[in-house]
Amino acid sequence: QLPTGLYKKVLVILHDSVLPYMNDPTLMMDFLTVAYGIGGAISLLALNGLFILIHQHNLEYPDFYKKLYSLLDPSIYHVKYRARFFHLTDLFLSSSHLPAYLVAAFIKRLARLALTAPPEALLMIIPFICNLFRRHPACRVLLHRPGGPADMSEDPYIMEEEEPSESRALQSSLWEIQSLQNHYHPDVAKAAAVLNQSLSEMEDDISGLLELSASELFDKEVKKKAVDVPLEFEQVRGLFGKKNDIFAEHFSLD
Amino acid sequence: SNPFEVKVNRQKFDILGRKTKNDVGLPGVSRSKAIKKRNQTLLKEYKEREKTNVFKDKRFGEYNTKITPEEKMIRRFTLERQQNYGKKNIYNLNEDEELTHYGQSLAEIEKLNDIVDSDSDTEERGTLSAELTAAHFGGGGGLLRKKVSSEQQDEEEEKPKSRKELIEEMIAKSKQEKQERQTRRESALELTEKLDKDWKEIQTLIARKTPKSERKDKEVEKPKPDEYDMIVRELGFEMKAKPSERLKTEEELAKEEQARLQKLEADRLRRMRGIDEEANKKRPSHMSADDLADGFILDKDDRRLLSYKDGKINIENEEEGEEEGEEEEEEEGEEEDNENEEEGQEESASEDEEDGAADGHSDLESDLESEGETAENKGEKKHKANENESQNVEKLDPKREAAKSELPYTFAVPESYETFKSLLAGRTIEQQLIILERIQKCNHPSLAVGNKAKLEKLFGFLLEYIGELATMDLPELRTIDKLVLPLYNLCQMFPEAASDSIKFILRDAAHDLEEVIEVKGRATFPGLDTLIYLKIVSLLFPTSDFWHPVVTPAFMYMSQLLTKCRITTLQDVIKGLFICCLFLEYVSLSRRFVPELINFLLGVLHISLPKNQAQGYTVVHPFTPVGKNLELLLVCDKEDLKSWEKQNVPLSMVTRLKEISRTEINHTRLSCLALCFDLIKKCAALYESLPSFHEIMHPVRILLAQHMPVNEYPEKMQEWYHSALKELENKIKHYTPMICEKKKPVPLKQYTPKIVKVLEFGRKQASSKKEQERKQLIQRHKRELKGAIREIRKDNQYLARMQLSEIMERDAARKRKVKELLGSLATQEGEWKAMKRKKWKN
Repeated sequence: QLPTGLYKKVLVILHDSVLPYMNDPTLMMDFLTVAYGIGGAISLLALNGLFILIHQHNLEYPDFYKKLYSLLDPSIYHVKYRARFFHLTDLFLSSSHLPAYLVAAFIKRLARLALTAPPEALLMIIPFICNLFRRHPACRVLLHRPGGPADMSEDPYIMEEEEPSESRALQSSLWEIQSLQNHYHPDVAKAAAVLNQSLSEMEDDISGLLELSASELFDKEVKKKAVDVPLEFEQVRGLFGKKNDIFAEHFSLD
Repeated sequence: SNPFEVKVNRQKFDILGRKTKNDVGLPGVSRSKAIKKRNQTLLKEYKEREKTNVFKDKRFGEYNTKITPEEKMIRRFTLERQQNYGKKNIYNLNEDEELTHYGQSLAEIEKLNDIVDSDSDTEERGTLSAELTAAHFGGGGGLLRKKVSSEQQDEEEEKPKSRKELIEEMIAKSKQEKQERQTRRESALELTEKLDKDWKEIQTLIARKTPKSERKDKEVEKPKPDEYDMIVRELGFEMKAKPSERLKTEEELAKEEQARLQKLEADRLRRMRGIDEEANKKRPSHMSADDLADGFILDKDDRRLLSYKDGKINIENEEEGEEEGEEEEEEEGEEEDNENEEEGQEESASEDEEDGAADGHSDLESDLESEGETAENKGEKKHKANENESQNVEKLDPKREAAKSELPYTFAVPESYETFKSLLAGRTIEQQLIILERIQKCNHPSLAVGNKAKLEKLFGFLLEYIGELATMDLPELRTIDKLVLPLYNLCQMFPEAASDSIKFILRDAAHDLEEVIEVKGRATFPGLDTLIYLKIVSLLFPTSDFWHPVVTPAFMYMSQLLTKCRITTLQDVIKGLFICCLFLEYVSLSRRFVPELINFLLGVLHISLPKNQAQGYTVVHPFTPVGKNLELLLVCDKEDLKSWEKQNVPLSMVTRLKEISRTEINHTRLSCLALCFDLIKKCAALYESLPSFHEIMHPVRILLAQHMPVNEYPEKMQEWYHSALKELENKIKHYTPMICEKKKPVPLKQYTPKIVKVLEFGRKQASSKKEQERKQLIQRHKRELKGAIREIRKDNQYLARMQLSEIMERDAARKRKVKELLGSLATQEGEWKAMKRKKWKN
């Protein structure tokens, strides 16, 4: 058992500076499995080494997807290792042999969590979800359910359910993305609006979006040249002088 | 005409219904016509080709055939007389012989005979004194007397002397009278001036609202006929004043304003949806109604708005200032018109003096001057009703007058921030506003070329100044509150520059933030100035646009602040809540979804709870479920809980918190919590329509319903809490399955031929009216071109013919002369030979 800081450091470099040089990488199996089971950021990091073992050394990992599913919590959009995690998740979910319910559960959970995500993560996750839809056409019922019940009082999807197969994701719809169409960031709103139409065949390339940072987004917006600048037409009366100004209710100028 | 001259264009086929224009022609006639025309124009030009001087016949009516010769002569004569009239030739003695009588010009006496001197109308009429008669008709009397005297022989030799005395006496008398008259006139003038003053005072009171008859009555009461006269005249002037544009009634103004706002609102909605951006781009002429490219329109607009307010509400201080500024501008305009270069001296000049100066230019007679002045004022006032009113108000307000007199009227735009700051330093808020106003007016972009750039700079300075005010230990937020107005006006004038400078500030702030994150790994909230800037953005620009060059970066920046900055102190919480308010304000119209806002509010609620209660919800960055900054908003002190009253959080608390007592801190904590409840309530109202509203609000609801120690809170707080929770819970859950928009089926490519209907054979099929017009124009152009070429060719032929004939003529003349010479020589020779032969014979 290692201290958390050291754990993280080891795991960050494990996959490309340790595993390739080991004679028998399967020796790392136990270490990685334990790390994967710890949860939080360490699990995310262990994923990479584990993937190499599964991929190149025939490691059989029971309930891998269930575990991965349970790793998804609101913090994944905010942590530092977001790019690495989503890169791997994309790899794991690229198999076309995955059952539809599993992919639907992933989609639904990612979308639900996206409701708390910052714009740079949203710009990444929306094309990500689009790609999942393209790979797994059976999941498109989430977007298009013509003969469904007209009115539901609850979202059929159960967020708290640990088991993806029990989450009833396939009976739900992707209302989260619909909500994100009202996002304040124009690019996010546009990206979310793509799901309104039937999707194109080509997959989006998200490798460039994985590392997107907030400051990059900001710079991009600032550098845009505007043809003309619309102006506020309401005459200013003071700092807090607008109609129904929230500030006037709660702040004073003293 | 002569049938031999007619040329008939024979037609091969007769077509029914076709009209032909050129079936007959007169070649001879037209040719002779063309030659005649060329003779008159081209030939003339050709002959005068190397001559520069022209002969002009200026005789009156020489070529006018309508006038008969006699009339022509008469006219010429009168013209000549008129030309000579007034020209006095000093050497011409005959010209100005003047008939005099007793040294006085007879002509002048004649002129004055009937006209009564305007000064003399106060004199008693009808009683002509002996002296007067002697003076006026004195010649006769004198002569008569002289005759008598001559009859009485030399007895009275002194008669001429006595007459001289008499005349002297008379002169003295008349002089005295003149003086008296002068004094009387002066006193009258004084009185009129006094009356004028009185009238002005009254005028401010009745402000032209009383009906004319009433005023007339008032004036009639005045006893002096002189003044009465004056008033009557004045009223006459007023009546004659040109009808200005009808002042719009309040309803009309309100209606116009409403229409304008509606249009702007529609525009805003369109931008908010962000749909037809492209369509908008296609029509560059259609600009947003806000966009006031040149300041001139803006001015007009302002004025209307003000007059509307004038009618409705009492004039507020700032508006008054604005109007003042306007007035000054007009005054300056006048000055410029008159080309007075006394701008510098104008500083201390009071209003009345200026009026006087303006009147000095009028050429009215002295006793009419005051009347003229008032009349002129009237005219002015009629045209500028609102200015006038403000002027009156201003006059009644001596304080303002005094304050105004302290400030110079004209300002140059400061070149650097330091000079700008020194300009505003030590002034009161009102003065600062006036200064800014004047800078703006004096350097209006329509007045000089470089003013635009200067004023654009001014915007930057003003922003910087506001930032500085906000970063002081005791932030002068009241000043900023007022300074926002000129900022808004400048922004309306130069949207591009304003957006650029604000973007610059935002970029700097964002880069600072990024740097701090890179160096320290975590960021802290920026100072109050940045918060104020963000607030100003929402005042200057429409925050509901789908994309906006300033607002969108501001959104990004605020989002970064809410997700990246650590919450360690109460100030951080206040700043964070301020930004939450900003977010809410930004999206209040567009109802856009801001995840960061909900996250932050959840976090704030979380830190108001006792430790180890997080169950059923997860807080996200920057808040942590465990850690040292928990319980930042937790208040345990019972007394403080009890004594708490909801207060507005003073913004200055952001910069200083240390000197505040513990109780006050606790109270501020509770206020923040109340603010948080209110924001949640507002969020709930705002996002109600989102399809996954319940999922979004789920954590907040769980926290509120299950973990809040409601019972410990004071009653007021419980109210806030319950209203927020109620807003969250009484929303109906309603889900409808998503259905994709149907794709428009792409039509298959087809290979059937395109069939075009032919309406008329033989004619060219034109697709559209425009195309048709174009073709027509091209054809006409071709025809004209051909015609022009033909004309030029004919001109050249004509010229060549003329030149040839010239040469032939010259040659013929030469030949003839040579022949003549040879002939004469031959005869000479013959004669000489004959003579010789004779001699020989002899």
